[in-house]
Formats: sequence, structure tokens, C-alpha cells
Amino acid sequence: MKIVADKPKMLTETPLHYCPGCTHGIVHRLVAEALEELGKVDGAIGVVPVGCSVFGYKYFRCDVFEAAHGRAPAVASAIRRVVNPDNLIFTYQGDGDLASIGMAETVHACTRGENITIIFINNGIYGMTGGQMAPTTMPGEKATTCIYGRDPKVNGNPIHMCEMLATLTGPAYIERVSCYDVPHVNKAKAAIKKAFQVQMEKKGLSFIEVVANCPTNYHQTPLESMQFVKEKGCSFYPLGVFKDITKEDK
Amino acid sequence: MKKLWKGNEAIAEAAVAAGCRYFFGYPITPQNEIPEYLSWRLPEVGGAFIQAESEVSAINMLYGAAGAGARAMTSSSSPGISLKQEGISYIAAAELPCVIVNMMRSGPGLGGIQPAQGDYFQATKGGGHGDYHPIVFAPSSIQEFVDLTYGAFDVADKYRTPVMIIGDGMLGQMMEPAEIPPMRDLKTLPDKNDWAACGHSDGRPRIINSLRIEPDELEAFNEHLFKKYEEITKNETRYEDYLTSDAEIVFVAYGSVARICKAAIVELRAQGIKAGLIRPITLYPYPTEIIAKLAKCDKVKKFVTVEMSMGQMVEDVRLAVNGLKPVEFYGRSGGNVMMPGDLVKYVKEGK
Ligand SMILES: Cc1ncc(C[n+]2csc(CCOP(=O)(O)OP(=O)(O)O)c2C)c(N)n1
Ligand code: SF4
Repeated sequence: MKIVADKPKMLTETPLHYCPGCTHGIVHRLVAEALEELGKVDGAIGVVPVGCSVFGYKYFRCDVFEAAHGRAPAVASAIRRVVNPDNLIFTYQGDGDLASIGMAETVHACTRGENITIIFINNGIYGMTGGQMAPTTMPGEKATTCIYGRDPKVNGNPIHMCEMLATLTGPAYIERVSCYDVPHVNKAKAAIKKAFQVQMEKKGLSFIEVVANCPTNYHQTPLESMQFVKEKGCSFYPLGVFKDITKEDK
Repeated sequence: MKKLWKGNEAIAEAAVAAGCRYFFGYPITPQNEIPEYLSWRLPEVGGAFIQAESEVSAINMLYGAAGAGARAMTSSSSPGISLKQEGISYIAAAELPCVIVNMMRSGPGLGGIQPAQGDYFQATKGGGHGDYHPIVFAPSSIQEFVDLTYGAFDVADKYRTPVMIIGDGMLGQMMEPAEIPPMRDLKTLPDKNDWAACGHSDGRPRIINSLRIEPDELEAFNEHLFKKYEEITKNETRYEDYLTSDAEIVFVAYGSVARICKAAIVELRAQGIKAGLIRPITLYPYPTEIIAKLAKCDKVKKFVTVEMSMGQMVEDVRLAVNGLKPVEFYGRSGGNVMMPGDLVKYVKEGK
């Protein structure tokens, strides 16, 4: 029998613990494939967050730091100072981690223009702690700390990270992607690959936001949650490139 | 009327009944039911809930609400409580009454989410920087969670000091029948107009501050704080004495572990071994006196401190016993919980 598709070697044999249909698993694979195709697995350093991807150190076959909640960009910034400039460094963070408790670290790593890549999984909810409102929960969307749906008058407004970070001088490349169908998975992979390339060319910080799902806490089937991401998520968080200095260079 | 309450939700409702109208928190297991409950409950009673962007932010929101004169609360679990320590030090130094709940999980570091008592040092010895102590309550049943939470706001107001309530994941998650006391009439709450900075126009600005840049001024303030702690020690020290009158072996344990000790004591007594328990209900102020008194009793052969940690409260037991009797320690950590049988075996076989 011919094997036509296999797990990327950059992912370990450890079975992923993610819920069925969760985007985390897909994006792990895309990160691994992108690094493999760029020949950058050796020497790569990951920094994983506190959130559902807290066990990322079991999955990526490279050096990995488990950072305190929200502090991954600070950890990565320091690693950048210490290791060889050719080592590829990425953080992998959820929306609570990156856009709430870690907002200061995120903004400052971005504005410093650290030569690192941030992979931001925006599922609009606190997955690991059981479905509380996230900084990216959309108006009207229900969570366990806004059980009638997010009301901006009561709970405040959600944050558009890509748009906000694009106002800074530091970031070199910012793109928002999604994974709700195969063409979008392929686009997401191309974006992640480009983000790593930007880092390899020492152009500065690259930031990829993935509009993702959390079927468990949306109380939806995997398919319903993908549909939700497509229809609701991606209209509230439009996909596209928000900053690209490689284009501006030309 | 008694109802079946989950520990975390019982604390939340008891706070509402006590007149708490503001809550600030950030999600963390195993205390999420407190913010989740208050997110819908507080607006119902004219209060407000903010899901803060971090624990650092939540504790500073508490500083603001308490400084403006409101009854307010925050809750978290171990790693989040660590982040709050700077703010708690400021709150103690600005003498702001408020309540902080720590539903402890296992550490250090990100640790685990199973029950533990590894934050004893942090809670009782100050935790943040500088010379201060919060009052620390350690309930061991859901009803006691309710009663201590209800009373905590009054104690906080009386002394203008932060009160910490510590439980563990087990107590937070389990259900027991409990009765919530009647809703406090907000009009009967202490008047804070004298000091609270809620926007006065009487020509006497109220200042909420913890900066005292003159050494003599700061030293005088620290002496004032510690006078207050003496008062608190005199008036507020609480413990439960369980069968120590004829005890040869005295267990010392708090929170859920004290319940396990009680079960072990029943078993030991059935086997003819006279054991008893001192259960501190306040961890600060610590019930030093009763332990010191028992240490002087001829009957008492030894003390056994039991904790879900590597041994923290045992240091306060040793200080109280002051070398008069042996003080042993039995502990489990990492989120493991001892069984009554483990303690029976320990007493009989020494391991
Ligand atoms: C200081 C601190 N506060 C809170 C927590 C609890 N906590 C664990 S994961 C998490 C957030 C998870 O949400 P998100 O970052 O959106 O990631 P997801 O689980 O959805 O992938 C929180 C608040 C913690 N571990 N440390
Ligand atoms: S809880 Fe949500 S984000 Fe976490 S693994 Fe499950 S589906 Fe994914």
C-alpha cells in the first residue's frame, strides 16, 4: 500500500489531546509542514502558551518553552537575544493568552519589531477553562461569563488584533487566515510559510491570526462550528493581509 | 432554607447576600464558577461584574472599587493569586477593606488543577512585598464557606484590611447542603464617607494612597498596621477544637484536610487510640495560644500536622509548641489527597 499522506515528522508520535474537529490540530500540522518545507525544523524554538495548546511541548519535535500565561512574546524576545539569529522562533497562543492577559507583551514585542513569528489562534473563547468570554468573543456570542450573549455596553467590545497591530511600525508581516475548508487551510499554510520566510530574512516580526473554532465550548458539532467560523467569524474578522513590508520595499 | 450548593457558587451567593456588589476576575480553574455565577447575578441586584484582562488588572479594579467605598471581591486560584500579590500589598497599605478568594490548586509553577494547600506561606505571611498580613479564613465545609464569606466583609470593614478566604479545588467543586443568610440591607452597611474617595465636594479631598516617602512617616504607619494586627489577633482568632480534652495525639489541619483528619480520629478512637484535632479557622491570625496550651498538657504526647503540601503550616505549629513536644508532619502534594486510612496507618506504624 502506498502512503500518500503522513503526519509531518516535526510532530511527535504523541496523540493530540484536542477535541475532535478543533482547529488547534490543523494549525499544529501547518506549522510543522511549513517548517519542514523551509528546512527550518533544526534549531527551531517554539514558545507555547497557557491554554488548550499548553501541551504543545509534547507535540512539536523541536525545543519548546512552556511560558506563563500571556508571557510568550516576552520569553521569545529574550530567546531571540540569546540564540543564533538563524534559529527560527515562534510563539503559538490563544486569544485569552495573547489578547487579554498578554496584551502588553504582545504589543511590545510587536512594536519592538522582534524577529519572531507569532501564531495567534482566535477561537473567540477561553477553551481550556471552559468557555468564558474572550477578548475576541463577538457581540451576541454566548459564553459562560456572558450567558445572554456579549453585550458591548455591558461586556465591552471585542478586539481586532491584526488591525490594531498593523498601526505599529515594528511588525513586518500581518495576515489573518482561517481553516474552515480546504482552500482556506492551504491559504493559511501559505501565510504561515511566508511569516517564517519574513523571519528568515530578518525583516522583523510576523503575525498570523487564525480565525478558529472551539466546537466543545460553542456546544456545536465540528461541522457546525466550521460553518459558524465561515459565516460569523470571518465576516466579523475579515481575512487578508494587514501589513507586508516586503511589498512596501519594492 | 438549606439548598444544595456547589462550593464556588455558595461563596458567590454569600458575597451577594453580604452586600458585595462588585466582582472582578479572570478565568482560572478551579474557581471559574465564582465569576461565572456573579457575571449574571450581580447585574440582577444592581451591581457589576468585570471580566478583567488579567489578574493584575482584576486586583487593581478591586483597589478602585474598595477605595471608592464599595463592598467588592475578586477570586482566583494559585497562579493568579501570585499575580495579585503586588496589588494586595497596595490594598493592605492603603487600608482598603475587600475580600479575595483563593481556591488553591497544586503548584509550584503552572502546576496542576487538583486540590492543594501550597499557598499557606503566601497567604499568611503577606505574599506581596513589605510588612503586612491579610486576615486569612480557611473554611472546611460549604456552610462554613458561606458563613465566613458573609462575615468576611464585616471583618474587612471593621479593620479596613483585606480578608483572604482560602479553599481548595475539592471544596470549590463539591456540593453540600447550605443555607445562605438573609440579604443585607445595603443601608445598614458601615458608612465609609469619612475616608472613601467616591467624589466629595466638601472641601476635604479623600486620598487613597500607599506612598509614604518619609521614613518616619512610613515607620509610624507600619507600627499602626501592626497595632491593628494585634487587635485582630486578640478579637478574630478562630479555631475548632475536636476531641482534644483527653487526646494523646493532636492533629493540626485546616480546610478539607481537617475533615479527613476527623474521619481518621473516629477510626483511631475505635481502635483505642486517643486522638484529637485543632482546626485553625483563621490561618492569620494563627491560633497559637491553644496549641501552646495543649503542648503544656502532660497527656499530649505529640502533634501531627497534616497538609496537602510539602509542609508549610507545620512551621507555625512548631513555633507554637516551642520544642515542648514532638511535631510531626504528614503531607501529600501535587494534587494528591490523603485518605483517613493513610493517617490511621501513619499514627500506628509511623509511616
Ligand atoms: C495567571 C493565570 N491565570 C489564569 C490561568 C487559567 N487559564 C488557563 S488557560 C486560560 C485561557 C485559555 O484561553 P485561550 O488563551 O483563548 O486559549 P484556548 O484554550 O481557547 O486555546 C486561562 C485563563 C492561568 N493558567 N494562569
Ligand atoms: S476546548 Fe475548544 S479550543 Fe480547546 S481543544 Fe477543545 S475544541 Fe479545541
